[in-house]
Amino acid sequence: MSSLSRRRLFTAAAGVAVAAAAPRMVFAQAMAPAGAFKLPALAYPYNALEPHIDAKTMEIHNTRHHQAFVTNLNNFAKDNPQIAEKPIADVLANLSALPDTIRTGVRNSMGGHANHTMFWEIMGPNGGKAGGEVLAAIDRDLGGMEKMTNDFNAAGGRVFGSGWVFVNVAKDGKLSMETRPNQDNPMMDGKLALFGNDVWEHAYYLNYQNRRPDYLKAWWNTVNWTKISERYAAAKAGKLAV
Amino acid sequence: MTFTLPALPYAYDALAPHMSKETLEFHHDKHHQAYVTNGNNLLKGSEFEGKSLEEIVKGSFGKNAPLFNNAGQHYNHLHFWNWMKPNGGGDKLPGKLAKQIDSDLGGLEKFKTDFAAAGVGQFGSGWAWLSVKNGKLEISKTANGESPLVHGATPILGVDVWEHSYYIDYRNRRPDYLKAFVDHLVNWEYVESLYSKVA
Repeated sequence: MSSLSRRRLFTAAAGVAVAAAAPRMVFAQAMAPAGAFKLPALAYPYNALEPHIDAKTMEIHNTRHHQAFVTNLNNFAKDNPQIAEKPIADVLANLSALPDTIRTGVRNSMGGHANHTMFWEIMGPNGGKAGGEVLAAIDRDLGGMEKMTNDFNAAGGRVFGSGWVFVNVAKDGKLSMETRPNQDNPMMDGKLALFGNDVWEHAYYLNYQNRRPDYLKAWWNTVNWTKISERYAAAKAGKLAV
Repeated sequence: MTFTLPALPYAYDALAPHMSKETLEFHHDKHHQAYVTNGNNLLKGSEFEGKSLEEIVKGSFGKNAPLFNNAGQHYNHLHFWNWMKPNGGGDKLPGKLAKQIDSDLGGLEKFKTDFAAAGVGQFGSGWAWLSVKNGKLEISKTANGESPLVHGATPILGVDVWEHSYYIDYRNRRPDYLKAFVDHLVNWEYVESLYSKVA
């Protein structure tokens, strides 16, 4: 048996253990140093997005990669409590105001924290279809669902190295699409992500390896349009935090 | 010149357990192959057609991002396969290089620590390097397909810290991958051969 098929078996076994998966996340939170920044709990188990995103990828992505950003932020906040006292949008929009010693670290870790907090929120099982105001905005601003999806996948495919592809929402509800490298977030330029997809290799490598286009295509099956509609309404009301 | 994918200088399973057969299959046959294929497509009809790989890498940097990304990664990977060997690493370095590491970088142990730290500190995809600039050794890190070549230096050792290089074997544990690379994989004879050309 190849190591690939062994891993798939392991992944499948991990997927069955739903009850065991959820407490692991709580454990990871409990292990984090005390601090203002916290790893948000997922609203669904790690295997809920299979077969599009496997349980092992979700677990490592959440409890290792995202947790590392949270841990780093709490460490920075020990000597620089101001980064925890202001809203994330304010800190990210004013990175130049931070001391040189922490600016890049906060950019990477707070960007990563914001990106992943949004990412977990806009995915889920049984995410439904786009409708209502969001669909109308996609039709109006991004040429309709099919064109938006194709453009989004193409943009994600063109990111060379690690990064994200976003659909942003302005205060008036207007949508726009962009990509950013590494863990940069639209808030760094005073914008706000409605939704986005992670194209760092860690987001898909166990399941898709070099086949990023396949991941980008499959990812739409995990999108929670109900949540995106809520975020759209919140953004227009000036109440969308990250 | 057109780019071609060379065969690995060892069997796919030769670097296990530090780098698995599966990782090398994807990394060499898929990732490196894609840089070769895309690079050749982008080279066609460009001002860089007919130039050497190093000329293409240096000339396209900051001018033609898609071509640079692919040509740069082709250059990096051509060397990367040779920067590793089965039962590599260790502390027996060719004399001249060992002396230079002592005088420029504070000794082999410090080099190993600092080189691995450069790799850990590269946020996102990229590389960590040992290169020669104006006769001196230096450690650096670069993003994505960049290398010291475009910063006036000659790379003599590099380690790929794109997640595709270690995710199957080490998942998020990049420090463990870098430790295995310096302790068990580095082909110091190849590093010395590059060093002797510029020193």
